[in-house]
Amino acid sequence: MNTNGNTYTVIYSTILVVLVAAILAFAALSLQDKQNENVKLETVSKLLGAASQADGNFTIEEGADVLGLYADHITDAFYVDGNGNRVGEMNMGKEDKNAIEVTTTSDLKKQNDIMKKIEAGDASLKPSLRMPVYVFDINGAKITVIPCYGAGLWGPIWGYIALNADGKTITGAVFDHKGETPGLGSKIADAPFCNEFKGKTLDLSSAQSFAVAKPGSLDNPEHGVDAISGATITSRALGLSIDMWARNYSAYLIAAAAENENAQAAADELTETNENVEE
Amino acid sequence: MSDINWKEVLLKPIFKGNPITVLVLGICSSLAVTVQLKGACVMALSVTIVTGLSSFVCSLLRNTIPNRIRIIVQLVVVSLMVILVDQVLKAYAYPISKTLSVYVGLIITNCIVMGRIEAYALGNKPIPSLLDGLANGVGYGLILVVLAFFRELLGSGTLFGFRIIPESFYAAGYMDNGLIILPPMALILLGIIIWIQRGIQKDLREE
Repeated sequence: MNTNGNTYTVIYSTILVVLVAAILAFAALSLQDKQNENVKLETVSKLLGAASQADGNFTIEEGADVLGLYADHITDAFYVDGNGNRVGEMNMGKEDKNAIEVTTTSDLKKQNDIMKKIEAGDASLKPSLRMPVYVFDINGAKITVIPCYGAGLWGPIWGYIALNADGKTITGAVFDHKGETPGLGSKIADAPFCNEFKGKTLDLSSAQSFAVAKPGSLDNPEHGVDAISGATITSRALGLSIDMWARNYSAYLIAAAAENENAQAAADELTETNENVEE
Repeated sequence: MSDINWKEVLLKPIFKGNPITVLVLGICSSLAVTVQLKGACVMALSVTIVTGLSSFVCSLLRNTIPNRIRIIVQLVVVSLMVILVDQVLKAYAYPISKTLSVYVGLIITNCIVMGRIEAYALGNKPIPSLLDGLANGVGYGLILVVLAFFRELLGSGTLFGFRIIPESFYAAGYMDNGLIILPPMALILLGIIIWIQRGIQKDLREE
């Protein structure tokens, strides 16, 4: 047979490619559940990692039962819309830790797309946002974890920011990326950079809630951290994504902070009354 | 098949014809994934499987492949194997697949794989081709493991993540070598390995 003829070549390559595609599709489908499981486990450990930084004594050891720890410490997990209204619940895994629900990066991407439209001026989309909120109890402290997501230099970057009961003070942050430049942009995932965020605050009332910028160029160092040298685009993208997400969460965060304050005041009053009674 | 020297097929790529130190192929990934021994071992295993299987498949197809699209057909076979390995790693060794990140996908461009298919599998029967591919993968992996051993030991003081250099050394003022974590130092280490091999193997020296 003439293996160099045009017809042979075309038929040969078509069959080969279809065959390969079929094998790959089969492999992808049969391994998908297992892969999704891994992604969920990673998200859970990232959420827990961000929340746990609020307490220096709370460390997650390698190989620890992350799902179990998450189920133990989470107190509330739900969705809010752009106006701060609660629009849905997530399974916290209190009964069965394998049923824990978390949002994956593809969910975050959808919200990110809606946020971009809102940024462009279409405020009517605000009620259609479904942004996840995770509330943890870390050794008595109420820690709220919110995600952020955006486009880095080469691919998506995302992260989880843990906030204090006042809804704006950052107690911990964890970031990750799909494929930022190793040694430069990829440093956003490293602990030294994430630690910079501790103690900074989100400026929820202004037009820019947070920034990652060149050292010295920040108007208000309270609401930003220094960029990574050599990774200008990744740093700026991270700053913009935190800023955008935080502003979309602001309605919820401000309301929740006020609620916390009232609850705290009520609790203080109660203890005071109790003390008075005892006297 | 009697004219095949089995011993040479299996042993030559390990030392005398090592793909990294003698043919100087696959340098990029050997610099990138050798910071930790665990990653290097998984990478070595992945490359071994990919070279072995793609050599085998290409050798099976060798009489049917149209000569004009030979390279494309090889590429399709190699990428099939690489994507399968990548998917399996993502399902069963997720943390490692994250550390190896893009380098698993980049096995496709690893010259060793295509090089062995072109040089050996297209002219030989499937079983010797499979062994040739596996042996080349092992030869590649061997250098990776040696590099990773020194880089992890000197750079982080650990092996497979376990602390080898005791804490008391650090207390006494010992410090990990930060430079060895970076790719340029890996290249220097690799140079030293090639230098040693050329010292032993006289026929590699140019006049």
